[in-house]
Formats: sequence, structure tokens, C-alpha cells
Amino acid sequence: MTDMPREPVLRTESISKSFGALKASNNVSLTLYPGEIHALIGPNGAGKSTLIKQISGGLTPDAGRIEVLGQDVTALDTVARARLGLGRTFQISSLAMEFTVLQNAVLGALGARGNAFSFFRKVMKDAELLARAEEALKRVGLWQDAGKRTADLSHGQRRQLEVAVALTLKPRLFLMDEPMAGLGASGSKALTGFLDELRQEAPILLVEHDMDAVFALADRISVLVYGEVIATGTADEIRQDPQVRQAYLGDEEEA
Amino acid sequence: MTRERLINAALLASLLGVPLLAWQMDEPFVITLATKVAILALAGVGLNIALGLGGLVSLGHAAFFGIGGYAMGILAAHAQNYEPLFTWPFLFEGSNQMPLIWLVAVVASALAALVIGALSLRTSGVYFIMITLAFGQMLYYFAISWSAYGGEDGLSIWVRNEMPGLNTLDPIQFFAIAFAVLAMALWFSARLARSPFGLALSASRQTAERVETVGLTPFKLRLVAFVISGAITGLAGALFADLNRFVSPTMLSWHTSGEIMIFVILGGVGRLYAPLLGAAVYILLEHLLGGISEYWQIFLGLLLLIMVLFAKGGLIGLIAGREVAHD
Repeated sequence: MTDMPREPVLRTESISKSFGALKASNNVSLTLYPGEIHALIGPNGAGKSTLIKQISGGLTPDAGRIEVLGQDVTALDTVARARLGLGRTFQISSLAMEFTVLQNAVLGALGARGNAFSFFRKVMKDAELLARAEEALKRVGLWQDAGKRTADLSHGQRRQLEVAVALTLKPRLFLMDEPMAGLGASGSKALTGFLDELRQEAPILLVEHDMDAVFALADRISVLVYGEVIATGTADEIRQDPQVRQAYLGDEEEA
Repeated sequence: MTRERLINAALLASLLGVPLLAWQMDEPFVITLATKVAILALAGVGLNIALGLGGLVSLGHAAFFGIGGYAMGILAAHAQNYEPLFTWPFLFEGSNQMPLIWLVAVVASALAALVIGALSLRTSGVYFIMITLAFGQMLYYFAISWSAYGGEDGLSIWVRNEMPGLNTLDPIQFFAIAFAVLAMALWFSARLARSPFGLALSASRQTAERVETVGLTPFKLRLVAFVISGAITGLAGALFADLNRFVSPTMLSWHTSGEIMIFVILGGVGRLYAPLLGAAVYILLEHLLGGISEYWQIFLGLLLLIMVLFAKGGLIGLIAGREVAHD
């Protein structure tokens, strides 16, 4: 994808964020175009999570600006950005553990509807919400476990549910924070196949440690080191980049 | 029917059956005890919406209970003295009619909950507990110094307020009123727990970050829950004052907040009927042990300690087992 005439769905323009003397994000400029998976990699402590939080709305950058679908969202909070169509999955599952799998998906569908101030209708009998939840659960292959308590799910199933909840929102772009973390080889392969198709629906900014998945999936890769993007390019370009090899990949040759 | 539903039905049946039996056997004191249980349970049903469903540990619910109490006291005092509350911008007379008193109690406590909630809900955890406690105490000291309405001595009402078609001075009829209001509040809170609002509120308690990420605002959900919660506790306050024909600053003190919270914790936080079981156990202990020793609350404290340490689901959790997800 070298030729990209279309407008980016997400753009960060030289955003910076410091915590005291630590520059967690230093002049970061990224773009995410329709139909692509843009992977963000970097060693631990490189500032990936801080960056993700600024994009999703949990943190405000000290400088720079963030655009979603051409709109400046720098001053908007998480809720407003979600409503604009930003779907996020978390590194550490933040599902409602007391709920069933279906209830978690219905919560997403309720968010998509945008109004939770209904006090008498039975939420688990709401056909519209259920249909949306069912569709998302079926897509990630979790429908047969819809009645299970979320706390009783395996780690891999929780990752699937994370993705399903994001799907119920029918977002315009995805922000995925290590969706493969802790998955076994087969689970990670299945999810890789799924994300591969998903990019046609909405582009994905993917933070991931699983290098096999990143190199298999990503149209472009950005490498973050000490809060700074040291390289952006295709998988091949990144593999060849001497700076990247030295800073990052060299340490994980076997991975 | 799940085991919890059976227990709930049994609780409600006992609350109805015991006073009916007492009525047959001409034991008005038992009827009054049951009325007290129903009214205090109602206050707990209110708190349980904030605490159980929303995870909001409010130590200031006495404020709403007391506001409801004073709404009754002030309206009834003006009515018995034939003095209007105010004449400008329109004439507002006192009243001894329960429906109007309840309306005023609900609206006043809901407004107070809106203000207190809007300020307190910007904090969380221990700060939320402290700030709600502070608001409660502010109102408590305000009532003490409000000499127009009895100050520290409180306000006495000579005759219980009226309900169209009923004789409220008859203990069993007043009980019927309290029971009906409680039953409606229980029905409402059960309905609320299964509604879209209940789902989103419960999710805000478990994982606020997730709720934001799906585009809903936990603060708004909590604020609405706090207002509903305060309004129900306020209604209980109006009934409680009517039961005693007396309202005093004690209703606003933090001990009252603590007691309402004890009902909920004893019964099982988040369980719909927890406040009813909790209030019943509390009143029974007070009645039975209170006769033996004036330090009966030592036993209450011991019981509470055991519950918190060994039975986090409270008494209902102990009997009914783990909560099953709502369908």
C-alpha cells in the first residue's frame, strides 16, 4: 500500500506527552488509512500504551493534535471519541466479570444505541440489542458460550469477547492493544485470520508483541522507541532498517 | 424459580403474614414493629440502588431520609397550625395529606441528591464516602440550628397524616400503606436492575473504562442512580416520621446513614431483597436483645463482623448461594 490517495481515518500530528522528565510521547505523527492494518511495535516502556490512551481519549497530549475522520478530537473525551466511531480493545481485559458473555456484548450494543436511560424495558429481551450482540459473538466464534459467566471464560475467550464488544459498536476504526497477548499458537492464528478480514470493514491500529502476527498482518509498521517513532514502513522496510534492528528486533531474533 | 426468588417470596409473605396474625391476636405492638421494618427496608431499597447496583458507597443517605422526614414534619406542622408555608409567589399551605407529603418528600430529596451527587460523584472510593458523610452532617447541624422547626428538639405532629379512604391511625391500615409502598419499590428496583439503565450502571461499577469505551458516560449513569436512590430513601423518611409522628435531627445524623447501610450489608449488597431481610433482622435484634441489655449493638457489631468476614453475599447470599446473572 504505497499509493494512498484517500484521507486518513486517524491522524496524530506531532503529539507529545511528558510525565515529569520522562517523554512518553515525543512528536509522534501517525496515520491510519482505510483498509489497512497499521502496527505499532516497540520495546517495553517505549510509550505504546501512553500513545494508545491519548488516541482513545484517556489522556490529553501536552502538544499536537489528533484527528479522527478529519475531525479534530484532541479536546474530546473517551465517550465522545467512541461515539465518533473509535472502537477499542484493551490489553488487560476490562470486561464486566459478573456479566454473562451475552450481557457484555449487549452492553456494547447499548453503547452503540447511545442511550441507556431506559428504566422499565428488559434489556435482555430487547430484540434489536440482542441481534447486534449475537452477530458480533458469532463473528468471533463465541456464540455457543453466550450464556457463560465472563469470569469463567478462558483467557483466550476473553480476548475474543474483547473484540466482539468492539464489533457491536460497528466502529469506523479499531484501536487494538495487544489482542494476541497470552493466546496460544492456534488462538493467535485464528485471530490473525479474523483481523486480516476485519481490515476491509474498518482499519486497525494494532499494538502487538507477537511479531509473527505483526509481520503477517501489517500493511505498515511504525516502531516506537523512547516515545519517538524511529521508522514507519512496510514489513520488509522495517526488517531491513538498521536502526530498528539495533533498537528492537535484534533483541528478539528468535521471535 | 431460583432459590433466591423463593427466599424473596417467603420474606415478603412473612412481612405480610406476621402483622396480619398480630392483628387477629390483637397485638398492635407487633404490627408497629412490622411497619417499622417495612419503612426501614424501603430506605434500604433506596440505598441499595446506589450501593448495590452502582457501587456508590454513600454514607450520607440520612440526608435524604431526614429531608423526607422534615418534608412531612414541616407540611404537617403548618397544617395543624393553619399557617401557610409561604404566600409569595403563590399561596402554599401546609398539608396533612400523605400523597402530597410524599410528593414533596420525593421531589425535595431527589433535588438534594442531584446537588449532592453532582458534587460528590466527581470523587470516588474513600473520598466519596467522606464527602457524602460531610453533606449529611451539614444538613444535620443545619436542622439542629433551625429553631423555626424545633431545632434540636425536633417537631411533633399530634395526629397522623391522612390517606384518602383509609384510617391511618389504625395500625394495620398504616402498615398496609407502608407495605404497599415497599412492594412497589421492590418491584421497581427489580425492574431497574434488568433494564438497559441497570445493565449500564452495573457495568459502570465493574469496569467504568469499558462503559466509556462503548460511548456511555458513567458519571451520568451514577448521578441518575443516586437521584433515584435518594428519592426512595426520602419517601421512606416521610413514612418513618409519620410512623413516629415526630421528626428530629437524629434522622439526619450519620448513625442513621450507618444503620441503613447495615440493613443492606446484612442482607447482602446488591441483592434485591437484602434491605428487607437486613431491616427485619436489625429490628428483631433490637427488640429481643434490647430487652436484655442496652448494649445490644455489641451483638449486632459481632454479627456484622462475621457477615463481612465470612459471608460477603450477606444473609441472602448465605442461603441462596452465588448470584445468578439476570436473564
